[in-house]
Amino acid sequence: MRRRLDVLVCSGAACASAHSAEVKAALSREIAARNLGAEVRLVETGCMGPCELGPVLLVYPDGAFYVRVAPEDAAEIVEEHFLKGRPVRRLLWETPEARRIVEEKKQVPFFEKQHKIVLSNCGEIDPENLEEYIAVGGYEALGQALTEKSPEELIETIVASGLRGRGGAGFPTGLKWRFVAKEAGPTKYVVCNADEGDPGAFMDRSLLEGDPHAVIEGMEIAAYAVGATHGYVYVRAEYPLAIKRLTGAIDQARRVGLLGANVLETDFSFDIELRIGAGAFVCGEETALIASIEGKRGVPRTRPPYPAVSGVFGRPTLINNAETWGNIRHIVLNGPEWFSSVGTEKSPGTKVFALSGKVNNTGLVEVPMGTTLRELIFDIGGGIPDGKEFKAVQTGGPSGGCIPAEYLDTPIDYESLKELGTIMGSGGVIVMDEDNCMVNIAKFFLEFTCDESCGQCVPCRAGTRQMLDILGRITDGEGRPDDIERLRTLGETIIDTSLCGLGRSAPNPVLSTLRHFGDEYRAHIEEGTCPAKVCTALIRFEIDAETCRACDKCRKVCPAGAISGTPGTPPYRIDAEVCIRCGRCAEACPFGAIRVESGPAKRDT
Amino acid sequence: MKLEELRQIRERASKDLSLRKGDARVRVVIGMGTSGIAAGARDVMAAFLDEIGVRSLTDVVVTQTGERGLASSEPVVEVHVDGEPAVVYGQMTADRARRVVAEHLVNGNPVSEFVIEVRD
Repeated sequence: MRRRLDVLVCSGAACASAHSAEVKAALSREIAARNLGAEVRLVETGCMGPCELGPVLLVYPDGAFYVRVAPEDAAEIVEEHFLKGRPVRRLLWETPEARRIVEEKKQVPFFEKQHKIVLSNCGEIDPENLEEYIAVGGYEALGQALTEKSPEELIETIVASGLRGRGGAGFPTGLKWRFVAKEAGPTKYVVCNADEGDPGAFMDRSLLEGDPHAVIEGMEIAAYAVGATHGYVYVRAEYPLAIKRLTGAIDQARRVGLLGANVLETDFSFDIELRIGAGAFVCGEETALIASIEGKRGVPRTRPPYPAVSGVFGRPTLINNAETWGNIRHIVLNGPEWFSSVGTEKSPGTKVFALSGKVNNTGLVEVPMGTTLRELIFDIGGGIPDGKEFKAVQTGGPSGGCIPAEYLDTPIDYESLKELGTIMGSGGVIVMDEDNCMVNIAKFFLEFTCDESCGQCVPCRAGTRQMLDILGRITDGEGRPDDIERLRTLGETIIDTSLCGLGRSAPNPVLSTLRHFGDEYRAHIEEGTCPAKVCTALIRFEIDAETCRACDKCRKVCPAGAISGTPGTPPYRIDAEVCIRCGRCAEACPFGAIRVESGPAKRDT
Repeated sequence: MKLEELRQIRERASKDLSLRKGDARVRVVIGMGTSGIAAGARDVMAAFLDEIGVRSLTDVVVTQTGERGLASSEPVVEVHVDGEPAVVYGQMTADRARRVVAEHLVNGNPVSEFVIEVRD
């Protein structure tokens, strides 16, 4: 019997934590109960992207896209849709702003504006099934490379494609390959950097979870091109599903002769080992990562020598980021001209971004380089929730900077972002709205890098701490007149005098917010106000006497006992001395009588 | 495994993913409303799926739709072939389904005796 429905169940980390496994089990039960097992197949896939809406299901061939599916919905979906052919409209994708039901995946702007190369298989195939990967052309690029192409041809193909490192720095990938190929053997290594540590970033994780064979294939092609026999994938321990899928994929590939000795029965032999990182941010830096692979403490060292000359165990080492590896097979199959026709001249291809923060469609997206920030945030991301005003976007995680609204039409590429004081980074994109205090945001990111500094260089270890202390007193309302200048000097010094990328980029969030949101810093320091009404030392809550109905709700929720009044006799009062400014009262008030005001509390006399 | 074997696996395995490619030449839409099901639409669908499987037709997808109002003609089945008007068949049975697969889907000749409507 011919199967008529393929039901793809997303099992990316976000959907998994929203209980996609239970949804799948429930669907499976309902399908069995109606005897549809032979006609309907359930397939577990990697991340489909719109993580905010998980668990998500994609039903082929009609392309119905279900969101926020609960196990209880399974019976209705199976009965109505799978059996009777009537999609359950209440669970189909709906854009938050328009509340319009869009029935087919291709009509959803979230997917329409994307261009998937690296993620083309994520959410489309079962990552644990090697046959599905082969079915969509998997290992064909490796096969062609080994049988039809010389190592030199492959390297020139990658050089000509213009592919640049997707880990953030944007170094031309082909040149790296050329450097390593030139070094003498026989022992060389190929490394996949999947030590993704930016808060809110999950590009590499999704690729490893959704299409692990693509990374393996990319590494194998490179190993053949540069003459390496051994590879490592460095992935964090906090990515258990990625580790499981990758381990499984390596085993499968080995079993059928696609990895290991004499790959595809040629003379080429190559094997891959996993190295599980403990989660230190600095280990994403290549020399620290290499030290960690060797079993040493993960601290960076000076370069040169670069890893291409002396990397893992002192041998020539080719190290690329997971997303970079994911591009290789496509370039080999489709040619360098095809690749460089996507994106911009200096930054060809696509980039995967993890959209998070104050944006409607949080999740994983892949767009051509040169897409503007506005398209990314407003078209694909669906804009800012609750009708709020866009304020800034942070790219590159804690190493990047914040970009204000006037630069929203900037095309996303390595150079344009650098000019604005931020970086491409590995692809974390955090959107902020009018309710975010930029000083507080800068403090948040600096707290992270200060914590993650390995401590080797004094400017990074002690300097980030000094900057953090200054930001702390500014947000506490105790900023001093020369603090802005002091932050700038410290930041620039740390950048100039630190050894590795962590220290050299750690001040970026502070420096970029100083540049684009200097007024906000001055408001904190000079006027004692927090314009976004976030910093608790600089705001106060007030009850409007006219609007208050003395319902007593605010007094009941106040955890500090700061509110007094008699039910039925307005107005109630907030004691500013006792108030901890948690905002629970304002949320509880049914009449909107409690307002948050900028500026220090007015003391009762 | 050799490269040729890899390609053989791909040949076989890609058929298994044809539903997800959206490039079907023929769409068979079976009316699965209450009256359709009561009149035996499930058996008709099973016969379509079986016959299509037996003949290894990879460019055909089978989907369903709800009630169309023609209760007396149920089970109703529409056949959409790329570039041709849609053909609607009425009072289908499992045997008629197999004939439609053989004569219409494979040979391109609609089975006129079961046709109740032709739509552009």
